[in-house]
Amino acid sequence: MSFLAFASPLAARRAFLGRSGLLLSGSAIALLAGRDVLAAKSGGSKASDVNILNTALAAELEAVAAYQVGAESGLLQKPVLALALQFQGHHKEHADLLAKTVQKLGGAPAAAKSKYAFPVEGLKAQADVLRFAAGLERGAVSAYLGAVPLFANRELAKAAASILGDEAMHWAILRNALGENPVPEAFVS
Amino acid sequence: MSFEGALLAAALAAGDPQAGEQLYARCQACHALAYDRVGPRHCGLLGRRAGAVPGFEYSHAMKRSKLVWNEQTLDRFLADPLKTVPGTTMTYAGVADAKERADLIAYLASATCDKR
Repeated sequence: MSFLAFASPLAARRAFLGRSGLLLSGSAIALLAGRDVLAAKSGGSKASDVNILNTALAAELEAVAAYQVGAESGLLQKPVLALALQFQGHHKEHADLLAKTVQKLGGAPAAAKSKYAFPVEGLKAQADVLRFAAGLERGAVSAYLGAVPLFANRELAKAAASILGDEAMHWAILRNALGENPVPEAFVS
Repeated sequence: MSFEGALLAAALAAGDPQAGEQLYARCQACHALAYDRVGPRHCGLLGRRAGAVPGFEYSHAMKRSKLVWNEQTLDRFLADPLKTVPGTTMTYAGVADAKERADLIAYLASATCDKR
């Protein structure tokens, strides 16, 4: 599903929102089911899994804050603002799940910073905000790709891969909104 | 210098900073050149002692690593962060390709703090 297939951006956005809502509901259910078996399957590498989850959690919390900066910038027009807020909502869901999982494994979840440093002086137009968000999402895809093979617990690897898929969709939509090829390559790295 | 060391030095010297800049997009989930994020800022990295950016909250493992970042230590760390510094919060499988590591290191060596 792509904006390219629709006559108008609004029609594309409506279709995207409807579809992604369905997809994410399915993922969330799968993740929750995975969580229930975590305690039983966790073994000697629990501490390293907690470490991986907490790094991901810290990045998700930063993404929530970054989208807030974008939303409050006054630079996003209405359809794009709604999309940004939806993506922020996904990051909140990721963060919430990661924090609960860390707790379930006996760790202390990473907390949001009281202040984040963002390059706000470079945000002068909607495209700047979209490019900034696209860069964060692209980095997130790589970060999850680099984390998935490290998990001792395969259920956690599966959950992280599910989040990776969501971040990749964000990245593609943001690229498309910028007029760039939404999926430039067959593989991500 | 050993034969292996000479080969590594030659490979690292051939790093392409422009290719490294493209690869650096992978790092931008957690890092920026000029400011601290989930990970510490990268400008001024070469020659810096690991765990030494003022005000950044490092893992105990990184603070105790006694590493000084140069082409060789960065190459080792980027290849396998968790093996090089067990307990680091850079929970990333690593950059397996030696040419990509060399390009990244060349970019990091050229990066200045005025780049955002």
